[in-house]
Amino acid sequence: MLSKFINHLIDITLRIGRSGVFLVNGLWKVVTPPYKLFPILKQLHFIGARSLLVITISGIFVGMVVALQFYDTLLRFGSVALLGSAVGLSLIRELGPVLTALIIIGRAGSAICAEIGIMRNEQQIDALECMAIDPFRYLIAPRLLAGLISMPLLTTIFTTVGIFGGYFVGVILFEVSPGSYLGGMYDSVLWRDIVMGGVKSFVFGLIMIWVATSKGFYLHLSSGGNHGSEGVSKATTDAVVLASISVLFADYILSAIIL
Amino acid sequence: MTDNQKKIVQIDNLCTRYGEVIALDNINLNVYEREILVIMGHSGSGKSTLFRNILGLMMPCSGSVHILGRELTKLNKHDLYELRKNIGVAFQQGALFSSLSVRENVELPLREHTALDDNTIQIMTRMKLAQMNLAEYEDLMPAQLSGGMLKRAGLARAVIMDPKLLFFDEPSAGLDPVTSAELDNLILQLRDAMNMTIIIITHELESAFHVADRITVLDKGKQIITGTREEIKACQDSRVSNMLNRLAADKSVDGDAYLHQLTK
Repeated sequence: MLSKFINHLIDITLRIGRSGVFLVNGLWKVVTPPYKLFPILKQLHFIGARSLLVITISGIFVGMVVALQFYDTLLRFGSVALLGSAVGLSLIRELGPVLTALIIIGRAGSAICAEIGIMRNEQQIDALECMAIDPFRYLIAPRLLAGLISMPLLTTIFTTVGIFGGYFVGVILFEVSPGSYLGGMYDSVLWRDIVMGGVKSFVFGLIMIWVATSKGFYLHLSSGGNHGSEGVSKATTDAVVLASISVLFADYILSAIIL
Repeated sequence: MTDNQKKIVQIDNLCTRYGEVIALDNINLNVYEREILVIMGHSGSGKSTLFRNILGLMMPCSGSVHILGRELTKLNKHDLYELRKNIGVAFQQGALFSSLSVRENVELPLREHTALDDNTIQIMTRMKLAQMNLAEYEDLMPAQLSGGMLKRAGLARAVIMDPKLLFFDEPSAGLDPVTSAELDNLILQLRDAMNMTIIIITHELESAFHVADRITVLDKGKQIITGTREEIKACQDSRVSNMLNRLAADKSVDGDAYLHQLTK
């Protein structure tokens, strides 16, 4: 029993160490030449451009729901004029970065993990090694860089359309004055809030790509030696769950540090 | 083969384990310049593990592997990559990148390791594809190719840098006899035309005896014999003769004990 527990502990420690080395190696290849421009653009297109529609639609509806909920609550206290501040702050500081990250984990993170896992299964990563092409530079670094660039941009888009969604509900449907909605937001949102949203989205982007790529890359070392299509599906599910929980955990830590 | 000939691969006392399981036990093997060596054995005999050890994809527990005069276990990553530029590897299923076309797959090593201009890269790629009878398929994606075409495309990519040493994992597996024979002839042509040293892993007897200068037979991680085709045919070891005669290993099964084990 004890030896089983110790073996489990050693296994977890090894995995954490391996993931840490994986991240450092990936980031090192991001900052050192030669840079792979075409793979970076391809990943920017996949993670960023192809997520635009889902981010825009989600952002509008989240902004509308947030405005609806805040309007109902603020109405009870006679503080409807604070609607713009409430919508703006909640989207910029919390909902924008977190929901964007969760959506992108589901859309792009799962696909990245599955793609790299299948490459591992079909010996494509071994083939890269045999061709003297560093898989970290060719596969991991472009995805890391694209994630780090895309996530803050997608969060900005999500938050912006969310604010307009809230404007539609507050100003158009419930006839809150446009001046108080936008003016209140302008007065209450500080640079610190925007920086917080930016830092969060950057960190969430890093977590998402790190978890997705490492789960796929180390598929062959996964517990039970479960490779094949079932192994890929398990690794993908694990990546989505782990990345989502890590994002929520990091959200709390960052909020506690910055606030 | 004699020791006067240049050794391209030299394996001494190689041992590898997977946890407690011994995967390779004291393997000693030399591969000489312009030689075609075939490594044979049943599934699980250690062929693929030996392949991974020779390529440096896996480090041995003990022993040494010299490739082109360099000791693999003593190389750092940069030197290992430099060495691998002289080695071509054709994988069993081709291992082509599914997001790249056949041409893009084949030209990838040239784009990564040379400063050649686009035009030269395209000419060299087309030459290799033509050599593999794939000239008209260069714009197809790997998913659109048959099994034999995938192997040939993988082979084209493996030889695009004109390597001194070529590895081929299971060239005949899953192919019909005609395609398999075509691929065997292609391997012989590559050796003759490009002076390559070739190591092939296979369990296809016909293919092995058609292309091999020498054959190494592995069983349960042990090297049973290394010799010419005639020496292998004359070998008295039952594991070799069973393999040549396509016979299952002689295992006596105690039916009562087995049933008891299942029902207890």
